[in-house]
Amino acid sequence: MAMTTPASDPTAVPVPDPVPVPARVRRIRFPRSPKIIIGLLLLGVFVVMAIFGSLIAPYDPSAHLNTTVGIPQPPSAKDWLGTTQTQEDIWSQLLVGARSTIVVSFVAGAIATVLSVVIGVSAGYFGGLVDDVLSTLINVALVLPALPLLIVLAGFLSSSASANDLLIAMIISVTGWAFGARVLRVQTLAMRSRDFVDSARIIGERTWRILAFEILPGLIPIVASSFLFTVIYAIGTYTSLAFLGLISTTHWSWGAMLFWAQESSAAQSREWWWFLPPGLAVALLGTSLALLNFGIDEFINPRLRVAGLSRKIARRTGVPRRFSLGVTPVAASDRAGAGRTHASAPLPTGTGAAQ
Amino acid sequence: MRALARKLAFYILAAVVAITIDFFIPRMMPGNALTAALGKLQNAQVTPALIKSLEVEYGLTGHQSAWDQYVQYWDHLLHGNMGVSTEFSQSVTSVIGGGIFWTLGMVGLATAISFVFGTVLGALVAWRRGSWLDNLLPAMTFFQAAPYFFIAILLIAGFATELHWFPALNGYDQTLVTPGLSGTYLANVIDHAILPALTIVLASAAGWIVGMRNVMISTMDEDYVLVAQAKGLPKRRVILYAARNAILPSVTGFSLAIGFVVSGALLTEIVFSYPGIGYILQQAVLNHDYPLIQGVFLIITFAVLGANLIADFVYVLLDPRTRQGG
Repeated sequence: MAMTTPASDPTAVPVPDPVPVPARVRRIRFPRSPKIIIGLLLLGVFVVMAIFGSLIAPYDPSAHLNTTVGIPQPPSAKDWLGTTQTQEDIWSQLLVGARSTIVVSFVAGAIATVLSVVIGVSAGYFGGLVDDVLSTLINVALVLPALPLLIVLAGFLSSSASANDLLIAMIISVTGWAFGARVLRVQTLAMRSRDFVDSARIIGERTWRILAFEILPGLIPIVASSFLFTVIYAIGTYTSLAFLGLISTTHWSWGAMLFWAQESSAAQSREWWWFLPPGLAVALLGTSLALLNFGIDEFINPRLRVAGLSRKIARRTGVPRRFSLGVTPVAASDRAGAGRTHASAPLPTGTGAAQ
Repeated sequence: MRALARKLAFYILAAVVAITIDFFIPRMMPGNALTAALGKLQNAQVTPALIKSLEVEYGLTGHQSAWDQYVQYWDHLLHGNMGVSTEFSQSVTSVIGGGIFWTLGMVGLATAISFVFGTVLGALVAWRRGSWLDNLLPAMTFFQAAPYFFIAILLIAGFATELHWFPALNGYDQTLVTPGLSGTYLANVIDHAILPALTIVLASAAGWIVGMRNVMISTMDEDYVLVAQAKGLPKRRVILYAARNAILPSVTGFSLAIGFVVSGALLTEIVFSYPGIGYILQQAVLNHDYPLIQGVFLIITFAVLGANLIADFVYVLLDPRTRQGG
C-alpha cells in the first residue's frame, strides 16, 4: 500500500501558485492516503454485509439448528463461527445483524449532521440573540450526558417500537448533534467576516444564497468529519443500548448478539467465537470510519500529514523525518490547502463515543 | 472572574434543564403504562401505601395540576428527598449513596490516570513525530472505536478466565471478606477494581493521546517555541512550554469527553457487576423503578456538570489570558 501522493520539497522556497489548484484536482488526489484506502475498503466490506447479509446467510439467525445439544459449539465446517447456547448459527447472526447496526448508525449520523449544520451555521452566521440562544442550547446539549438519558428513554419503548431502526436512529440523533454544531458555529464565525462573504453581502446576495454557496462549501470537510464522528458515536450508542437489552433482543444486531453472549457468560466460559465476532465487527466498523476521519483531518491540516509517512516513502520524497521546529513540511503538493484556515483538531475524534 | 460567573450561571441553567427533563421522564410515557408498571409492583415487597404515594407523586390521581406537581418536585428535591425506590424498598438517596463511592473511587481514579497518561503520551508522540511512536496511532484507533463493554469482555476473557490473575465480577468477594477497614478487605477491593479501571483507561486514553498530539503538532510550529529553542533552553523546558499551551484544548476537551467516559463507565460497571451507579441504573431500568431511575439520572448529570465546572476552573488557572478580561 504505497503512498503515491507526491510531496513537495520542503527545503525549496514556497512559490505561491499563480493559478490556484482547482478543487477538482484535489478531490482526485484525496483518497490516495493509505488511511483513506484502508478505511474505504473496510467500510465497503461492511456495507456489502449490510446489503446482502441476509441473502447470503446460510441459516435463519433465530433457528435452533440442533435441539439435542445444550452448549455452544465451537466453529466447524458446518457452522463457520460456531453456535450459541440455543444452537443458533453465529455467522448468520453476524451477517443479518450488520444491516440493523449500519442502518441505525448512518441514518442517525445523517439526521444529526443536518441538525448540526442548521443550528451551528445559523448560530455562527446570524450572531446576536440568535447566537446566544442557539449557543446555550448547544452547550446544554453537550454537557447533559447522553447515554443515561437514552437508557432511560429506551427503557420506555415497547419491544416492537425498539425494533424499528428508523425510530431508534431518530432518538439517537437527538443526542448526537451538538458536537458538530459547536465546531460548525466556530468555523462559520471565522468565515463570516472573510472578504468574499462580505462582498457577497454587499452586492445584495440573499442570505440563503450566501449560506448555501459561500459558507457551506468551505465547511464541507468539517461537515464530513462531523458526520463520520456522529456515525461512530451512533454505532457505539446503538450497540450499547442493544447490549443492555433495551432494544428488542430478537431484532438481530451486533449489540443484540453481545447481549446474548453476556447473558450466558460467554466470556467466563471461553466461548470466544460467540462474543469476539460481533465485538470485532463493531470495533472494525468504527476503526474504518475513524481512519477516514484521520484522512479528512490531514486534508484540513496538512501538518498532521507528515506524521503518517513511512520511513521509506519519506526518504524517497525528500521529507526529513527529523525536522527542526518551526518548519513543518507539508507532505502533499496542496498549497491551496495550506493557505486555508487551519481547523486543527476540530472534533474530539471519537473519545470512544458512548460505549 | 466575570467569565467564571457566566460559567457558573450556565451550569445552573444546565442543572435546571436536567431537573426539568428528570421531572418529565416518567410523565413522558403513557399514563396507563405507568399505572401498569406501578400495579405490577403490588406483589413485590411494596406496601399499598407506597404505591398510593407514588400515584400522587406522578399525578395519576388527578388532584394536582402539572405545575403544582413540578413545584412539589422541586420542593422535595431541595430537601434532599428523591422518593422511595420501589425495587429496594428504601429511599433513593440511600440506594445511590451505597453505590456512589464505588463509582467515584474506581471511575474517578481511572479517568484521572487516563487523562494524565494520555496527555503526556500525546505530547511525546507529537514531539517525537516520525519515530516508532507514530505506530501507536492505528492501534489506538481500534481501542477508540471498540465499545467499552467489549474491551471489558475481552479483559474478563483474557485476565480472569484464562490467566486467573484478577477476579471477573463484583466489587469485592462476599464469601472471603467482610466490609470494614481491614487490610484484606481493601486488598480485595483493589484486586476487583483493577480490570474495570484498566477497561476505562484503555478505552478513553486514545482520545486524549490523539487530541493532545494534534494540538501539540500545531503548537510546536509557533514562534515562541522556536524562540525558546533558539535561545538554547534545554529540550525538556521547550517541551514543557509547548505542552502548557497545547494542553488548553485538552482541558476544554475534557469537559466534552467526560460525558462519554461516564457513559462508558456505566457500561463497564454493568459488565463487571461492579456495585456502582451504572449497575444501579441497570437494575432500576430493568425493574421499572422510576424514582430510582430519576435519582440516578440526576446524580450522573450533576457529576458531569461538576466535572465540567472543575475543568473550567483549571482552565482559568492554566491560561492567564482568561484572567485579564475580568
